[in-house]
Amino acid sequence: MIKTFQALSGLLLLLGAAVAYATPEEDRLRLVIYFKTRYPDVKPENYNYGALAFDPDSKAQYDAIMEFPPFVEEIEKGRKLWKTPFRNGKTYAECLPSGGRMIAGNYPMFDEAKGKVVTLEDVINICRVANGDEAYKLDDMKTMGLLTSYVRTLSDGMKMNIRVDGPAALKAYEDGKQTFFARKGQLNVSCANCHIDHALDHLRSELLSPVTGQATHWPVFRGGDTLVTLQKRYVGCFNSVRQVSDQEGSPRMNNLEYFHSYLSNGLEMKSSVFRK
Amino acid sequence: MLNNSVLIGALLMVLATTSGFADQARKEESGKEIVLDRNKGNCLACHGMPGVPEAEQTGTAGPPLIAMQARFPDRQVLRAKVWDPTVSNPATFMPPFGKHGVLTEKEIDKVVDFIYGL
Repeated sequence: MIKTFQALSGLLLLLGAAVAYATPEEDRLRLVIYFKTRYPDVKPENYNYGALAFDPDSKAQYDAIMEFPPFVEEIEKGRKLWKTPFRNGKTYAECLPSGGRMIAGNYPMFDEAKGKVVTLEDVINICRVANGDEAYKLDDMKTMGLLTSYVRTLSDGMKMNIRVDGPAALKAYEDGKQTFFARKGQLNVSCANCHIDHALDHLRSELLSPVTGQATHWPVFRGGDTLVTLQKRYVGCFNSVRQVSDQEGSPRMNNLEYFHSYLSNGLEMKSSVFRK
Repeated sequence: MLNNSVLIGALLMVLATTSGFADQARKEESGKEIVLDRNKGNCLACHGMPGVPEAEQTGTAGPPLIAMQARFPDRQVLRAKVWDPTVSNPATFMPPFGKHGVLTEKEIDKVVDFIYGL
């Protein structure tokens, strides 16, 4: 009798866990369906354009600017940083997998050996340190920002391909999900409030972008000249809701980027792009 | 002579201080100004106000503020909503203006006075 009861409660616990935790793939698909149902005219493969996919006027403006982007010289500075060898004469291309080409969609990646999420920026710094150079500061747009504005162009056309394998990776994913859904700051607003619940509502004249596709096109040049990396954008969001932000590259920020990027899986990447 | 200048100086300081206070009093924002102020109420971020000509390019995340007395026969219900909207709607997008100290109690009174007239 007692054994049956234990077995039964064990089963119930298992069921409870199954109900409480959707898999990452279920999370992703549920959101695609959510946006597809509300906006049947917009093709899901265009979600990588963010709010632009839902606003033809802004998309036309974007297309016109992207024909001759005002920030090509900035990306060229990034290319020079990429070509500059480390102190020991080796290069980024020698250090990064596949010479740094078509890899951005694999990051953030859960590094089993380190037991934590590493971003593409982290991997670049790991290369620098391993070759005798100092790590760049993640929030320094003149070094890491410019460098990634070029490095990420090497993965244009790659599809986002974030993997969550094993319990430790899943824990990091769930932590990022928690950050995304938790209300924050004096204004008591979560990432999900704006980018799921109220995605494609206007705040004044600004269209709130849907979460699906958001992670595919960084860094951006806002207004055509201000370079903003994805985690710098997170800092901006925290500031907007009046929440003291974590440092870029903190475990919380990296786990957030991990969860956030997973939701864009399968969507084509494009860097570096114009945003208003 | 020295005493006189000290006295005059003190008098000037007092005047400066009091007129400073007067300036502050004059600058105190009205309910409408708090409503429109991006760093205070910032109501237009989400709410349209069809009856207010200055309310241009308003947001769509919240319901338009119109016919407020008909929708909130009890003014206190409206005030409570501004103070902490999560009480009546846990899923709300609206910040708890009173509970989180975004606005002072006095500012909330002014805001409610203004929007209750819409």
